[in-house]
Amino acid sequence: MCDQTFLAITFGPCDSCSENRPLMNLYIKTEPINYCSLCMEIMACQGLASGETLKSLKAESETLRKKLEEERKKLHDVELEKVAEKAEALGELNMKTRRTLKGHGNKVLCMDWCKDKRRIVSSSQDGKVIVWDAFTTNKEHAVTMPTTWVMACAYAPSGCAIACGGLDNKCSVYPLSLDKDENLAAKKKSVAMHTNYLSGCTFTNSDMQILTSSGDGTSALWDVESGQLLQSFHGHSADVLTLDLAPSETGNTFVSGGSDKKANVWDLRSGQNVQSFDTHDSDINCVKYYPSGDAFASASDDSTCRLFDLRADREVSIYSKDSIMFGAASVDFSLSGRLLFAGYNDYTINVWDVLKGTRVAILFGHENRVSSLRVSPDGTAFCSGSWDNTLRNKFLFTMTAYPGQRWANCAPPFGTPNHGQM
Amino acid sequence: MTIRTLRDYGQHYRPRMACLKNVEVFVVEMQDPKSGVKGADQKLNVTIIPHVINGQDILAWIVTKMKVTTEEAQAFGTMLVAYGYIYPLQNHRKLVLVPDSTLYRFQTPYFWPVQKWPAEDIDYAIYLARRNIRKKGMLEPYEQQHYDNLHKWMNPKWDFIVMQATEQYKANKERKKPDRVVLDCQERAYWIVHRPPRRTHSAMDYGLDRLIDPNAEEVTGEYCNIFLTQALMRSAVKSSMSLTAFVKFVTTHHNHDPFLTTPVPSNPWITDSDEFWQLNSRSVDIPTKLSVERWVLSFWELISDPRGRVDFKLFLKKEHSAENMAFYEAAEEMRWGAASAIPEKSQFIFNTFLKPGAPRWINIDGRTMGLTVKGLVVPHRYVLDAAQTHIFLLMKKDTFYRYLKSPVHKDMQKRALVPAPHVFTDAQLEANVRNRNPGVSPILQWQQEEEEKAAAAVAARPIDVKAMVATNKLDRK
Repeated sequence: MCDQTFLAITFGPCDSCSENRPLMNLYIKTEPINYCSLCMEIMACQGLASGETLKSLKAESETLRKKLEEERKKLHDVELEKVAEKAEALGELNMKTRRTLKGHGNKVLCMDWCKDKRRIVSSSQDGKVIVWDAFTTNKEHAVTMPTTWVMACAYAPSGCAIACGGLDNKCSVYPLSLDKDENLAAKKKSVAMHTNYLSGCTFTNSDMQILTSSGDGTSALWDVESGQLLQSFHGHSADVLTLDLAPSETGNTFVSGGSDKKANVWDLRSGQNVQSFDTHDSDINCVKYYPSGDAFASASDDSTCRLFDLRADREVSIYSKDSIMFGAASVDFSLSGRLLFAGYNDYTINVWDVLKGTRVAILFGHENRVSSLRVSPDGTAFCSGSWDNTLRNKFLFTMTAYPGQRWANCAPPFGTPNHGQM
Repeated sequence: MTIRTLRDYGQHYRPRMACLKNVEVFVVEMQDPKSGVKGADQKLNVTIIPHVINGQDILAWIVTKMKVTTEEAQAFGTMLVAYGYIYPLQNHRKLVLVPDSTLYRFQTPYFWPVQKWPAEDIDYAIYLARRNIRKKGMLEPYEQQHYDNLHKWMNPKWDFIVMQATEQYKANKERKKPDRVVLDCQERAYWIVHRPPRRTHSAMDYGLDRLIDPNAEEVTGEYCNIFLTQALMRSAVKSSMSLTAFVKFVTTHHNHDPFLTTPVPSNPWITDSDEFWQLNSRSVDIPTKLSVERWVLSFWELISDPRGRVDFKLFLKKEHSAENMAFYEAAEEMRWGAASAIPEKSQFIFNTFLKPGAPRWINIDGRTMGLTVKGLVVPHRYVLDAAQTHIFLLMKKDTFYRYLKSPVHKDMQKRALVPAPHVFTDAQLEANVRNRNPGVSPILQWQQEEEEKAAAAVAARPIDVKAMVATNKLDRK
């Protein structure tokens, strides 16, 4: 388990504003200070202190960075490929589209699974948010948002509500009801208020809190009932495009990726930026935690997906190929963490072997870029939403493992017999 | 030929163009006279058009160059056409790569999609106006639509536009016929990419612009240094250790991953039978063997699976140490619950678990207890964190192992089901498709769970003898 999860949090009076708040433990030139996140922000935005020039700050920055690199290098004793040699080779993966959900009139921008493993909520460019029972392909609920470009949607853990938002700068929660005729928009609750578009939202472990990320460069934690801002997270220097909550036992951290090419790990309680990774060359479109919570993967416009190790504090693997030139829009792990599914802007989905770094399969079928991709909570299928207005559920048809056998990086032949496909 | 480009591939407001860098390198290689795709002259309506290539050759070249399958090469080729690096000569509106003798040409670098300058409406208006003059008012329907729209929006500038268009038209007339045809094709292809006809999508459609320019100078120098100092103070783990942990995780979970091991009885998405979900649900009497094996992997797996948690609680009840789990759950509820409920919940937790002489008093060390009680004076969301962590670690390191050795668990392991894999005939599968189980709505399930929880809470409350006497239950008249 990640040590970060048991980061001791101090709560008490802030050194500068004297209010009782969760505190960040920081050191300014080896002197420990305890600031709350708000005072931290104010201090960061202040100009240079006396005796400092921009140059001296930059020089200090450089030395610190070099020192950090050296420290990390000492711990970098082996590569993932080497360790992965012990792992069994994967057999052939044969995946087919099992369900195609048609009903959106415009680009599907985001989707999320319900914890009951069969229901899905999806949102699209024209403002419609639809809740489907993907197993029977029935539409269960539909909401029309008063805004276009609904870029974020999430299903509550209890299955009783959905949250969505986009260009309206807000995140709204709609409680779902069993009554089909009820107008869901009547019970809508506006929870989050950002100063610019909402790029991602997720419920935390209950229906009562929402974590959102926005184009204004911040992420925030909100209380659903009162709409109160519980904690805000500043640190990205450009739009925050994606976020994911850690699956760990104490669930205290989350990772966010932005168009400043950085992926930052934050402590939910104090608002502190715990770790930062900036090895990508372009916007990070999607971040997802590894199932064990000790690592995360990111998908970026530089056409690569990368795996970052949180405990060793570095990037451990790059998933890329010369033939893949278009940006990756979305990633997710399979249940065991062995497979990484990534949807790209060239309308394809590539499946990577996380440990060995090779591509296992490539899936075609979408007619426009794949904007979102999620694996179901029990790992039985994954769903991809695309700008061609459809959502496709794919599942693995046959799987035979041949230990020691090497597989070439090419798509397995299609054309397996149809079995009850929609 | 050398195509030198002074293009900017950096991060800008317009996202998603970093791919163009590599694509352009690729396209330049494709046009190499020696090793690129072989072109020929083609006669098209009296004029001879140079450097025409056909779809088949393009596909074959991509397959050899990138060493990929035909399908992938086809997809990539279509992207090249969609972005406008190659344009079709005949069916100019359909931007796909057809792997037969369909003719294509390379687009001139002047018209390549570019990061920094989007195709402006005014340029399009000038182009359409010029085309209008040339075709004497006979534009294609989608062009006509665009033209009318632009005319409406750009009315004030229309004189300027028409003037530019006429100038360009006259200049064009001076050119030689073949050049004119080629230029016309190229321009038309450029505008198809950037202003697609109705109901077709353009590859140039990238969504929304970013708000903040990532190239703007970073102001927070001080902040950066604080962060770096903090990072230096934090300890990191050796790569060998953490990477081995990944491999271990993958190996232990291999059998539980439906993508790697076929689930029993069958994957609901393939056979349309939801028995798999029913067998693994929370309220099932006897769990499957696979579930039980998963519980053994770690304490967290045990309590994340609702059925596993039920089993664990049963064990705790037998051991009369259920208060730990109850406290953990109560603390979780407070932590993730509504802000308004915090004072009430903290009071309840204090009275039930922490107060000396409390009915379900938890056993934590003095220091933690002291900290917690002190914090409860002004309760906040995370006030129980220290105590919760302590109890969690206690359960993880001690109670969990006792559970694994207990008769409750061993009995469950023996009784666990191994469902037989489904073997459906085609007819049965079709029947399954028609009779897909709609399942229980999560809302109903949630309501059920809440009711059960409430009932359990009532049952766990200590019996108040005085109250019972007061209601004459123990009346011995």
